[in-house]
Amino acid sequence: MISRRDFLQVAMASSALVGASGFGNWARLAAQQALTQDQLLQFDTFGNVSLIHVTDLHAQLKPIYFREPEINIGVGGNKGAVPHITGADFRRLYGIEDGSADHYALTYDDFTSLAKGYGKMGGLDRIATVVKAIRADRPDAILLDGGDTWHGSYGCYHTQGQDVVNAMGLLKPDAMTFHWEFTLGTDRITELVEGLPFAALGQNIFDSEWDEPSELFKPYEFFERGGVKIAVIGQAFPYMPIANPGWMFPEFSFGIRDENMQDMVDEVRSQGAELVVCLSHNGFDVDKKMAGIVSGIDVILSGHTHDALPEPVLVGETIVIASGSNGKFVSRVDLDVRDGRMMGFRHKLIPIFSDVIAPDAEMAAQIDADRAPYEADLTEVLGQADTLLYRRGNFNGTWDDLICQALLEQRDAQIAMSPGVRWGPSVLPGQDITREDVWNVTSMTYGKAYRTEMTGEFLKVVLEDVADNIFNPDPYYQQGGDMVRMGGLGYSIDVSKPIGSRVSNMTLLATGETIDPAKSYTVAGWASVNPDTEGPQIWDVVEAHIRAKGTVHLEPNTSVEVTGV
Amino acid sequence: MKLTRRETMLLTAGAAAATLLPARAALAAVDEKIAAFTGGAAVGEGGLTLTAPEIAENGNTVPIEVDAPGASAILILAAGNPNPDVATVNFGPLAGRQYASTRIRLAGTQDVVAVAKLADGSFVQARQEVKVTIGGCGG
Repeated sequence: MISRRDFLQVAMASSALVGASGFGNWARLAAQQALTQDQLLQFDTFGNVSLIHVTDLHAQLKPIYFREPEINIGVGGNKGAVPHITGADFRRLYGIEDGSADHYALTYDDFTSLAKGYGKMGGLDRIATVVKAIRADRPDAILLDGGDTWHGSYGCYHTQGQDVVNAMGLLKPDAMTFHWEFTLGTDRITELVEGLPFAALGQNIFDSEWDEPSELFKPYEFFERGGVKIAVIGQAFPYMPIANPGWMFPEFSFGIRDENMQDMVDEVRSQGAELVVCLSHNGFDVDKKMAGIVSGIDVILSGHTHDALPEPVLVGETIVIASGSNGKFVSRVDLDVRDGRMMGFRHKLIPIFSDVIAPDAEMAAQIDADRAPYEADLTEVLGQADTLLYRRGNFNGTWDDLICQALLEQRDAQIAMSPGVRWGPSVLPGQDITREDVWNVTSMTYGKAYRTEMTGEFLKVVLEDVADNIFNPDPYYQQGGDMVRMGGLGYSIDVSKPIGSRVSNMTLLATGETIDPAKSYTVAGWASVNPDTEGPQIWDVVEAHIRAKGTVHLEPNTSVEVTGV
Repeated sequence: MKLTRRETMLLTAGAAAATLLPARAALAAVDEKIAAFTGGAAVGEGGLTLTAPEIAENGNTVPIEVDAPGASAILILAAGNPNPDVATVNFGPLAGRQYASTRIRLAGTQDVVAVAKLADGSFVQARQEVKVTIGGCGG
């Protein structure tokens, strides 16, 4: 188990004071004390306003293992900049000791052994304890949910988001923005949003018919806290109908709409806002670019790309905060707002170590009550993992290798495709793989596994198109996912090239033959954005495959050669 | 089997030809249309705002806006369409605002170009790339 001393380093590390006096790398300020929940939560209350940020929970109400990415390539102006720094380089940058709790929480290497030592992270009942503790310090703290909350688990799928809505209701956020929530479909998201006792925000959510601001979502909400008039402007995921099936919510249009964001900032400032906070689901690089274009935003609480950063990134006079995903972290930002402007801030990325932070009883009871009808289905063991199963990274992870193998074998295809989403917890070698584990990496409302034919030329178009959504040097053309995962097909990619020229050496792995642009191949995949997709649900395909294998063992995947980094 | 150097070149050349040929023809057509609109006058920048999405939600109906205070006419072109003509909007002296919005169909990723004739008779242009994509994977 984790030692008290190790915990201390995370706790103290994350309480680094960064403010008008400049940045300090967090662990430099670590003190040598023992670790307790109190120390994880320790924070010298600062200024007159507190923000609490949670984002990209993906319906992970219970603690999970989640391995951070090994490969996270930055392009253009973001080459080599956070969050595109991983592993040992990340630890050196922030002064994190190898083998420490911070190492485990924030980087990928030695994941299995560290996970066994430090235990699972997250759990909304632990997050509830943290939120309550912050509110004990600062009763009028503002809690903001960055979205991707009502998606990503067995329970969430079967209750159409209700289990997460119920649990989040106890947490009492003040406002929320959205992404995957829209894949519940227009009717359901409308029903849920209309019932929310807090603000549903998105200045970029428009009516697709008239291209006018949506009546269901407000662009911003005002709060009076600590004597300060605060405006929170919402920014939903800009590329919803492109990255997700637009036919499920055809009434809505999105986009970055930074000119409208500027109008909203000017509007709230003219109405007396002394502090302007943007609750964003843009993704980190898009937020950085937007912060440089739109003037007058003090704080961007950034979600979507699942980055966890121990310090804010400063763009002009805007601080950009990244709070991780899957319930692993909560950010607390204290602000000193005087004379109509932000004078200083203090920030802490609080790691939710589930063995150290006590669960909140009320929240735990709520989660378990909604979980009870499904408990037997959730905990059913399908097989055992012999290899660490993880997803995050720009190219293949072992979970997707397994899913691709399931598609190839169960669907009798030459090539398999699995979407490069960033959600999905990890399973350690030696652990049972339960139905819940499979749903955690596959659950969605458009999960049918199609089987079709594609020409080599079309496969190349797919790879090039998706690659440009990740590696276009202009962040405004990036959608924030990872590269589509391929089974049965190897390729080389030069990420520095323009669209059409990145992908080469496409090879059918089974025979070693070069992919022929004119020839047709059988392709199995899932998560098509097209309506009327036919086939079994992906979780059933993966479950059948795991049951057939018994023990899941995956060899390292060397089928993608990456250059131009 | 590995791709030989020659096969790689052929593959690359084929892909390049497929993407470049129509684009080059279209670009020449765009230059001609701009020259016809301006009478060959020099085209500057500024005074004209073109608003278009970075990535089209639906390439068949892409909302765009042009706004050029004081302009007498604005030419709108879709540089990569088989026929780049979109519209020429003329503003009479009684027009309260020299602004137009419409939706256009884009055959693929391309630049949308607007050229305005300003009150002083000079010309300015604005362009923005609009990506038409088969979609990625949301985080």
